Amino acid sequence: MTEAYSSDAQAAAQSAPARAERAPRKAAPIVPPRNVAGSALILVIAIMTFLSCLTLGAVTLVRDTAATWQTQIAREATIQIKPAEGFDMEAALATAQRIAAGFSGVRSAAVVNREATVRLLEPWLGSGLDLDELPVPRLVIVTIDPASPPDFSALRTALSAEVPQATLDDHRTWVDRLVAMANTTVTIGISVLVLMLSATVLSVVFATRGAMAGNDHIIEVLHFVGAEARFIAGEFRRHFLFTGMKGALAGGLAATIVFIVFSWWSSRNMATPQADQATALFGNFAIGATGYLGVALVVLAVGGLTAATSHLTVVSYLGDIDARHHEG
Amino acid sequence: MIRFENVGLRYGMGPEILRDITFDLPERSFQFLSGPSGAGKTTLLRLLFLSLKPTRGLINVFGKDRARITRRELPMLRRRIGVVFQDFRLLEHMTTYENVALPLRVRGRDEASYRSDVIELLKWVGLGERMHVLPPVLSGGEKQRAAIARALIEQPEILLADEPTGNVDPPLARRLLRLFLELNRLGTAVVIATHDLGLMEQVDARRMILDGGRLEIHD
Repeated sequence: MTEAYSSDAQAAAQSAPARAERAPRKAAPIVPPRNVAGSALILVIAIMTFLSCLTLGAVTLVRDTAATWQTQIAREATIQIKPAEGFDMEAALATAQRIAAGFSGVRSAAVVNREATVRLLEPWLGSGLDLDELPVPRLVIVTIDPASPPDFSALRTALSAEVPQATLDDHRTWVDRLVAMANTTVTIGISVLVLMLSATVLSVVFATRGAMAGNDHIIEVLHFVGAEARFIAGEFRRHFLFTGMKGALAGGLAATIVFIVFSWWSSRNMATPQADQATALFGNFAIGATGYLGVALVVLAVGGLTAATSHLTVVSYLGDIDARHHEG
Repeated sequence: MIRFENVGLRYGMGPEILRDITFDLPERSFQFLSGPSGAGKTTLLRLLFLSLKPTRGLINVFGKDRARITRRELPMLRRRIGVVFQDFRLLEHMTTYENVALPLRVRGRDEASYRSDVIELLKWVGLGERMHVLPPVLSGGEKQRAAIARALIEQPEILLADEPTGNVDPPLARRLLRLFLELNRLGTAVVIATHDLGLMEQVDARRMILDGGRLEIHD
């Protein structure tokens, strides 16, 4: 039939003399690429991604710091020996040290000597303290191999058999508290992350439905030229994947910049009182490779979620349109 | 090719817009669909291009019962029907060329495989010089021809045109009519919905007149 068209071309069309055809420009996307709703959506997705990345960064930071604290605390245990009337403190200390050092999993056991004890108490009791005048408990610091800690209950039993005055503090209470605190923080962080991703999904649902309604005429034309729902959904999905990725990349980039600026600030201010305070609390403010990997994952997740959400929304919207037409 | 038997249609609980419509559209036929405004011409066209389901009666399209056509089958059937809307329905962010090529693009065909066909057709309808222009720049007549070209690019078995001469001056209307007749001569069945008596008088063709929801056929 096309040949027939051309044979009739002159008679039917009275067209101007043929010119060398310009090569057609690259085909315009079926869904118009930019409109106001699109820019707003990019911005919303960028902000959501940025906040999600910051949350993830904070969670990583807290988790790493808590882990450091935990190993530091778990690396030591303390034997405390209470004084009593006529009690040979130095002998008891030596016995306790010997018992502790004999256990496997204990790296070393050191007695906190008299001078060190005096220094330790100086902030409360002032200088010039005579230990013999006060019944002050004495300590043995036991350094533990965190990889294979000793059997604390066996150590406790052995100690109380020979030195009834001795108590062993394995810092378990502190470790447990820290673990609980860190877990709570991580759980809160992850919940915030989930909430933020849900909000992103919902914004995408609204934006997609809005865009679909705004492009109703396009969908209708596509229907009438025989486009399958799969094709239409694919076009819209591509459009929203592109939008989502643009927003997510912008947000991820902003978060990365913030991380870099903070690490730079903390390294520049190292050894100043403020930075030391911050380091004591949060550890080194450096988001490691895991943090940046997390940012990349959040960006990909947001992009993927946007595409999946818009796909589902489009498919259900097309179903609605068909139902509406058929009811008519 | 398309057969209606006692077809009735109402919107919701309203009165019947079409009543007991019975007719047959044979292959390669040419007919006008006419009647006063609001007589249901557009509704009948919508039934013909499968955008509405009848409330009662039987419609048979290309040998298939309309009631049994699933949503998945619709696109394939619609590809055999070309439609020219009264308001053109061109996509404004696409050039004339892209609008006309749209039906081929939605099939997933590679542009290189259809470029020359589209350009040829655009020349045939007299838009050879306007193919890289966006619709807002086109005149009413040019939009009309672009819409017709889009309906024809797939070489449909039947072409439905809703008031195709409603927006053009008489000389262009005559030219468009010649185009439809030429198309019909090449084997496509044509239904032109119009209330332009002048247009109908130029051709000795079957007339389907809708009035008060009923159809009269003058062969």
